[in-house]
Amino acid sequence: MPSYSAPLRDMRFVLYELMNGQKLSGLPGYEEFTPELIDPVLDEAAKMCQEVLQPINRSGDEEGCRLENGVVYTPKGFKEAYKQFCDGGWASIACDPKYGGQGAPKMVNTLVEEMICSSNLSFGMYPGLSYGAYVALSGFGSEEQKRTYLPKMVEGRWSGTMCLTEPHCGTDLGMLRTTATPQGDDSYKITGTKIFISAGEQDLTENIIHLVLARLPGAPSGTKGISLFLVPKFIVKDDGTPGPRNGVSCGSIEHKMGIKASATCVMNFDGATGWLVGEPNKGLRAMFAMMNAERISVGMQGLGLAEVSYQNAVAYAKDRIQGRSLTGVKNPAKQADPIIVHPDVRRMLLTQRAYIEGCRALALWAAEACDLAARHPDPMVRQEAEDFMALITPVVKALITDLGYEATNIGVQVYGGHGYIREWGMEQFVRDCRIAQIYEGTNGIQALDLVGRKMPAHMGRYLRQFFHPVSAYLEQNKDNKQLAEFVGPLAKTFGRLQQATLFVAQKGMSNPDEAGAASTDYLRLFGLTALAYLWARMAEISLEKTAHATSGHDGTDPDPDGFYKAKVLTARFYMERILPESGALLSKVMAGGKTMMAFEEAAF
Amino acid sequence: MQDIKKVAVIGAGVMGAQIAAQVANAGVPVLLLDIVPAGASNRNAVAEGAVERMLKADPAPFMSKRAAKLVSTGNIDDDLAKIADCDLIIEAIIERLDLKQSLYDRIESVRKDGSAVSSNTSTIPLAKLVEGRAARFQRDFLITHFFNPPRYMRLVEVVSGASTDPATVGRVAAFCDDRLGKSVVRCKDRPGFIANRLGVYWLQSAVNQAMDRGITVEEADALIAKPMGIPKTGVFGLLDLVGLDLMPHVVGSLGSTLEPGDPFHAINRPNSLVETMIKDGCTGRKGKGGFYRVNREKGKAKEAIDLSTGVYRAQTKPEIGALEDAGKSLAKLLTHDSTHGRYAFAVLIPTLAYAGDLVGDAADDIDSIDEAMRLGYNWKSGPFELADQIGVDNVIAALGSAGRSVPKIYELARGRSFYRIEAGKRQMLGLDGAYHDLKRPDGVIMLSDIKLNSKPLIKNGSAALWDIGDGVVCFEFTSKMNAIDPEIFRLLADSIGLVSKKYKAMVIYNEGSNFSVGANLGLAMFALNVAAYDQIEQLVSGGQQVYKALKYAPFPTVGAPSGMALGGGCEILLHCSAVQAHAETYVGLVEVGVGLIPGWGGCKEMIARWREHGRLPNGPMPAVTKAFEIISTATVAKSAEEGKENLYFRPTDGVTMNRYRLLADAKAKALSMVEGYAPPKPATFQLPGPSGKAAMTMAVDGFRRQGKATEYDVVVLDALADTLSGGNADLIETHDEDKILALELHNFMKIARNRGTIARIEHMLETGKPLRN
Repeated sequence: MPSYSAPLRDMRFVLYELMNGQKLSGLPGYEEFTPELIDPVLDEAAKMCQEVLQPINRSGDEEGCRLENGVVYTPKGFKEAYKQFCDGGWASIACDPKYGGQGAPKMVNTLVEEMICSSNLSFGMYPGLSYGAYVALSGFGSEEQKRTYLPKMVEGRWSGTMCLTEPHCGTDLGMLRTTATPQGDDSYKITGTKIFISAGEQDLTENIIHLVLARLPGAPSGTKGISLFLVPKFIVKDDGTPGPRNGVSCGSIEHKMGIKASATCVMNFDGATGWLVGEPNKGLRAMFAMMNAERISVGMQGLGLAEVSYQNAVAYAKDRIQGRSLTGVKNPAKQADPIIVHPDVRRMLLTQRAYIEGCRALALWAAEACDLAARHPDPMVRQEAEDFMALITPVVKALITDLGYEATNIGVQVYGGHGYIREWGMEQFVRDCRIAQIYEGTNGIQALDLVGRKMPAHMGRYLRQFFHPVSAYLEQNKDNKQLAEFVGPLAKTFGRLQQATLFVAQKGMSNPDEAGAASTDYLRLFGLTALAYLWARMAEISLEKTAHATSGHDGTDPDPDGFYKAKVLTARFYMERILPESGALLSKVMAGGKTMMAFEEAAF
Repeated sequence: MQDIKKVAVIGAGVMGAQIAAQVANAGVPVLLLDIVPAGASNRNAVAEGAVERMLKADPAPFMSKRAAKLVSTGNIDDDLAKIADCDLIIEAIIERLDLKQSLYDRIESVRKDGSAVSSNTSTIPLAKLVEGRAARFQRDFLITHFFNPPRYMRLVEVVSGASTDPATVGRVAAFCDDRLGKSVVRCKDRPGFIANRLGVYWLQSAVNQAMDRGITVEEADALIAKPMGIPKTGVFGLLDLVGLDLMPHVVGSLGSTLEPGDPFHAINRPNSLVETMIKDGCTGRKGKGGFYRVNREKGKAKEAIDLSTGVYRAQTKPEIGALEDAGKSLAKLLTHDSTHGRYAFAVLIPTLAYAGDLVGDAADDIDSIDEAMRLGYNWKSGPFELADQIGVDNVIAALGSAGRSVPKIYELARGRSFYRIEAGKRQMLGLDGAYHDLKRPDGVIMLSDIKLNSKPLIKNGSAALWDIGDGVVCFEFTSKMNAIDPEIFRLLADSIGLVSKKYKAMVIYNEGSNFSVGANLGLAMFALNVAAYDQIEQLVSGGQQVYKALKYAPFPTVGAPSGMALGGGCEILLHCSAVQAHAETYVGLVEVGVGLIPGWGGCKEMIARWREHGRLPNGPMPAVTKAFEIISTATVAKSAEEGKENLYFRPTDGVTMNRYRLLADAKAKALSMVEGYAPPKPATFQLPGPSGKAAMTMAVDGFRRQGKATEYDVVVLDALADTLSGGNADLIETHDEDKILALELHNFMKIARNRGTIARIEHMLETGKPLRN
């Protein structure tokens, strides 16, 4: 069975050395979040994930959820784990203290999310969806709604869901049909069927607060006629406790490829009583308000699974003896050498590692922007951070889940035949990761969002928040010989990205199909360039640290565990063995969409 | 035939005074007379006051201060005798038959033989005006109906009577066309002529229908506007502009003069809201607000009136699903199953039908009506062009469903269209059921006609080169908004090569509403946002090289701008051998407004211009100072004449009053230069260097202290001063053009990367207004 040990050292490196985590407490509302508080939070999170969530990951996958008489039962141990999770305050970590939360910055929460996803993604779905509902409700609900529901949801006693998808409408929410009929008082009767509702029904909480998109009578067609409603499983009594059962029920649960311990429900709303959240016909606004943060969280799922897969692949590669090294026996005491002696195995492990550490940096960059956008006193800084978030969110979501999926696949490969056997646990990561490329907007939709919305918005204003810092960094370090091996490849891929960006923007203006054809390759080129920038900076920091080691100015070894040395080597691996892909991506982008669009539909 | 060398305008109200101004703009002396106000010490107070007001008005009725000097003022009692040496006397007094009649008596007694008399009446039929008058008057009299404001509205409706001498009509029409720059539409002597009869019908229908259907003013103005190619003022915005009090007057006049069976009567009904508004002084922009107003008590809140209650409320931005669903299809909007779709239908379809009724009644042909609406109401397409867009049969079916009879011209067009292209010629359907070629006035060349007949010699996505005959080619911008971009440079370079080998001369001209508003800023902004500085540098130096090649081409080049010619659009003109500008050309180097400096040779050429034509003291500094003054303030000339004052144009450059005649004039100018043409000798410069720069930056510092220059102005103007002064140039050295071009490039790139410049460009792109950071 796989094991997991939270990568706290690297997390702290990214948080404090690469990003400005130590400055979080300077932001209004985050005053308490000094490293002295953040560090124990991360330690405790690691402990909880390793000791409570990880042990029930495999069993949860084997057992899955079951539906009996309308009741969904989560796998063995989930109930207890959920209680421990809530008792430890983890359900409320990112919520507003006003409702009993702990108000943790997004940067901290992002790292906790990674740990939860590494240890048990299915479990993480339940509090994760609640948090999404919390964000929407706290942003758009009435004061009374917030007072009634939020404290219980923050506590974890009640949970929340997001009910968007219907059988005939997924990506295109404009087609949705669920109706809301006014009842004369302030309530509505909600009728319709929602599918793919994560945590739609479960046995963990005493009430479930569904946030449901539906249409009011006479509402405009398309996305401009969608409103958001709150529909509790049990209608809340005046004393604030759950009362009579509402007209919402779980019709069935899906049998899925992965995240089997997460209940994915068909929810039937049969004249269920609901209340409007926010303004009529403005329901999608609430959705979009939480979208950036949600999509970054989905990125963490890809990262978390890649991390746990990597840890086990490394252990296995060191442990598994098989054959001999190509360049002579390395372990004469044993019958064979461990497979880690092989360059190709190392290629696999380093690819995983370079992806993971690069993506962790990227995710925290986005999370930092999230915190600045929410809390910084200077409106200009907030605006710039928001621009950056808008730009980088589709990259974070799609790139990290794509690379996460590749990394978990590599993990299986390192195990050879055992990787394919369920009890080793490596294949579960692949299956669990697969959904992250699909939900919260498929990665194809993310790519379209990047080239179709984010790129052209305000004549490319969002792009500035990425291109200008990188350009300035290149300018600043162009003569730095020590960094040349990192800055050189970065400059090259950056030029490619600039070229691709101007090309896609111009082509896309006259023919949107051209932008669509380039979108996925463009997003990956963007993502790999972003990682290259972060790797260059990580290498720069690490080189500075190890430079002191050779000069030995105070006699202590600044890199006793070889962390920085490994960082530099991984950076080098990234630049030399992964980044060249950017050349191929540019070629693909520049080739345009002719070959795809020339193909007659009937010929497929 | 006697040329019109002097004109009198009687009546110095808004229309009369501004008609006089336009005559002066044409370089023709004009006498402006009005009554002696009761008890006035200054007997010319009315006419003089009118001229004074016009000198301050914005938009300006005069094209230059010089033009204003051509207006002499007086009063009818003392000065009427002066009309004896006028070739055309335009009457533009109040719309009262008796007053006009008695004025005509007095005119008749003093005017010379062979002079023409015209009235600017908008409502009184010609037959009434000449009733009982002598044959001499009847022979020399016609109606010339100008539109407000006369300088800017290009329509003149000309009505002649049965006894009017055709030669007189021809002479006056030619004067309106060639000298005043108007498009003359001949109308029959029917009430309201063409434009106002149809325009008022349309406006009144739109008001009535909005009230009947519960459509808000904002919704009406969103629907009855852009989707139909109608200016964004829509209906209620337009009424606010022209004045609400005008409407009942014109509607009443038309109602009382049109025959009982005329469809006009269906829309002529009292409107108590409008009556109340007029009574309250809410007559529109000139009054206390109209359908819209700015409420100063509420901090300049924008408000609109509720048509059902007559109470002002906050202005809203209407969300109209019908517009989204219809996209660019007018037909889809008209058939959209919604109150908005039905409203658009109920306004437009009867208007199109009424236009059909006017064929043969008010106008001889459909083109006259379309032209009248295009130029008199600024519609992008006339009613018959709109009908073709919707489909003639669709309109006929719509008329059937509305229970409206089908006008004869529509019956004739059934299954066809009003206009068609046949053998490269645009044709229109006549009342005889046959198609007839559309004829341009003599001497007019339109590129749009040439394009129907031929293929470009070369073209790309942003420009095309056309053979316009006699060895002359026309270089046309075809990019969006005619913005200057790398594609234009590429085609211009290729064109220079082609013309050198095979043609005699090149005209740079297009028929967009603006010649060019400059570089494609969006593209530049995007490149700046992705830090693609190399590409931007290439764009700047590429433009410099191409414009230089244009200047030294072995054949004459004539720039022929109309509308705005700004930034890079101005710089290309600076590099032509000559310019033939439409009088309404607004030219300027406006780069500093977006935090840049002219980078395509504009700095260089302005120094050269002022040195050559500026009549300045000796030494390198005066020309540089002049160029600095003009560029640093982003000066835009408000007419071709003003362009000459700033030396954006040379004193020898030509001006064409009539937009339609611009290409022909430019071509003629180009041909006149072919014989013995030699490209200019490469210019050399003496530049003041650091001391000159110091003088300019000192001036800027002064402006900064006075609060006239902003913080970032100082940065931009430092780059400009550096360029114009020649950087580190030594006063006694002689420099070639490349020295200044290199400085333009260097300083352009230096400030382009600056946050302040990015903020300025971004603000301009987002709001259309300059940012004063």
